[in-house]
Amino acid sequence: MRSSSRFVLSAMCFGFAFLYVPILVLILYSFNQSAITSVWGGFSLRWYSALFNNDQVIEAALLSFKIAATSATFATILGTMAGLALTQMGRYRGRLLFTGLIAAPLVMPEVITGLSLLLMFISLQELIGWPASRGASTITIAHITFSMAYVAVIVQSRLTGMDRSLQEAAMDLGGRPAQVAFDITLPLIAPSMLAGWLLAFTLSLDDLVIASFTSGAGASTLPMVIFSKVKLGVTPDINALATIIIAVVALGILLAGWIMSRRGRQEEK
Amino acid sequence: MIQDVENRAKNPDTAVSNARGDKLWRYFVIGLPYLWLLLFFLAPFAIVLKISLATPVVAQPPFTQLLDLSVGAQQWLLATLDNYRFLTEDNLYWISYLKSIKIAAISTLLCLLIGYPMAYGIATASQRRRNLLLMLVILPFWTSFLLRVYAWMGLLGKQGVINSLLLKMGLIDSPLQMLYTDMAVYLGIVYTYIPFMILPLYASLEKMDLSLHDAAADLGAKPWQRFIDITLPLSLPGIIAGSLLVFIPAIGEYVIPALLGGLDSLMIGRTLFDEFFVNRDWPLASAVAIILLFILVIPIMLLQRVQRES
Repeated sequence: MRSSSRFVLSAMCFGFAFLYVPILVLILYSFNQSAITSVWGGFSLRWYSALFNNDQVIEAALLSFKIAATSATFATILGTMAGLALTQMGRYRGRLLFTGLIAAPLVMPEVITGLSLLLMFISLQELIGWPASRGASTITIAHITFSMAYVAVIVQSRLTGMDRSLQEAAMDLGGRPAQVAFDITLPLIAPSMLAGWLLAFTLSLDDLVIASFTSGAGASTLPMVIFSKVKLGVTPDINALATIIIAVVALGILLAGWIMSRRGRQEEK
Repeated sequence: MIQDVENRAKNPDTAVSNARGDKLWRYFVIGLPYLWLLLFFLAPFAIVLKISLATPVVAQPPFTQLLDLSVGAQQWLLATLDNYRFLTEDNLYWISYLKSIKIAAISTLLCLLIGYPMAYGIATASQRRRNLLLMLVILPFWTSFLLRVYAWMGLLGKQGVINSLLLKMGLIDSPLQMLYTDMAVYLGIVYTYIPFMILPLYASLEKMDLSLHDAAADLGAKPWQRFIDITLPLSLPGIIAGSLLVFIPAIGEYVIPALLGGLDSLMIGRTLFDEFFVNRDWPLASAVAIILLFILVIPIMLLQRVQRES
């Protein structure tokens, strides 16, 4: 083995260890009997039972799931439309601005997005009386806004790499654009839409800063509850919660990956 | 569809209504997401700008209406720019901006140093392994950002895993202060943002023509020469894109300095957050946001150019 590849190999080992060891330690200590993180007091599920008896956490988790599912669904619809508008619609006025509006939310610092959306909601309330109060609905709108940009980018990259002959054939046979979109294009990009939905769901489930700005009194999402608990230091029940979230997400990703690779293999046949 | 063609032959009117329908569909697909982003992404910035010019008052919402015409124009202008004057006079904000840029820049460099060999290793691995390794890079990105930052609190704390290991091994006598320092902030940023660096690097390295390397080797170039003359220039778009993808969001980072940083680790995102939620000075927080936005305009435009070209 050449010296350069040995360097690359050790760098990769170091890099992946760096990525995974902290998560693995967190998972390990969620099963710790002792309340002090550094002391291993034996295997126990006490933090898990403490978690399930914590009404505040359960309530926040349910709210977060509701917001995540709603915002991911709307973000997938709007993001797919935006992806179509950027790849299949040719030229139109304001296209460059549109491209910028899709790209900017991906890198915009969350504090700016959150602050600007809150001030927008307050101004709208003064002008037209809507939204009457802030809470789950305003957080959902905020999450749709930034996650639709992610969906648009995923859908867009699939659409640019796609063979357009099927769509062209359908158009030649007299299919109207809307019909071709529903019968041909959408089924072809369905896997990317699923990936976009999953990403939008996890982004929403994870967001602290934008939700803190756009939420009103009373509505606390799961990250807001977690943050207020861990600001003061490590708490073992949050380790248990983290383990559950990580396990659910990892299972979801593996399942989605398995479905997609199966679909891919079927198409090859 | 076939029915459609028959219909059109029978009835020329449907061609007109079809054309109208097509146009409506087009307006709908372009217009709806466009309007949404204009309303909930672009217009809010105008409002932030407007409120950054207002004066804070103790009320709900805590700022004055903008155009108070009872005072003279000159006085009004001075009063409205008050928040910005305050920002330039108070050292706290300058220090916050400079420190954020410094922390983001150093973290970006660290991401590049760790991420480049990893991206190179993935790009040169066999096809089967490549997908698995890529998945391993992306997977942490899907798990909660907040919890990944939190994981470091358990590792770095005074009673944390690293300190207790070092104590047990007898390498130190008393626990090291690692949590609530700038070093912890660097670690947190590098840890959470490194996938953003690896993925564009991988994309540009993967496209590289390996026969160039063979040719250079045949002509007697040493490995490091081949790296400097071929690999590095060809991966430059990936380096720029990855660096900007780390640098831009890292500047405004709030969660990482709030959980891992010390009280003195003033990053601008945290200053803005505190100004808003603790001091409740909304106009000043808006002014902080506007200046941060100005700092970010150039890197964001650069990023868009790099991404358009690739």
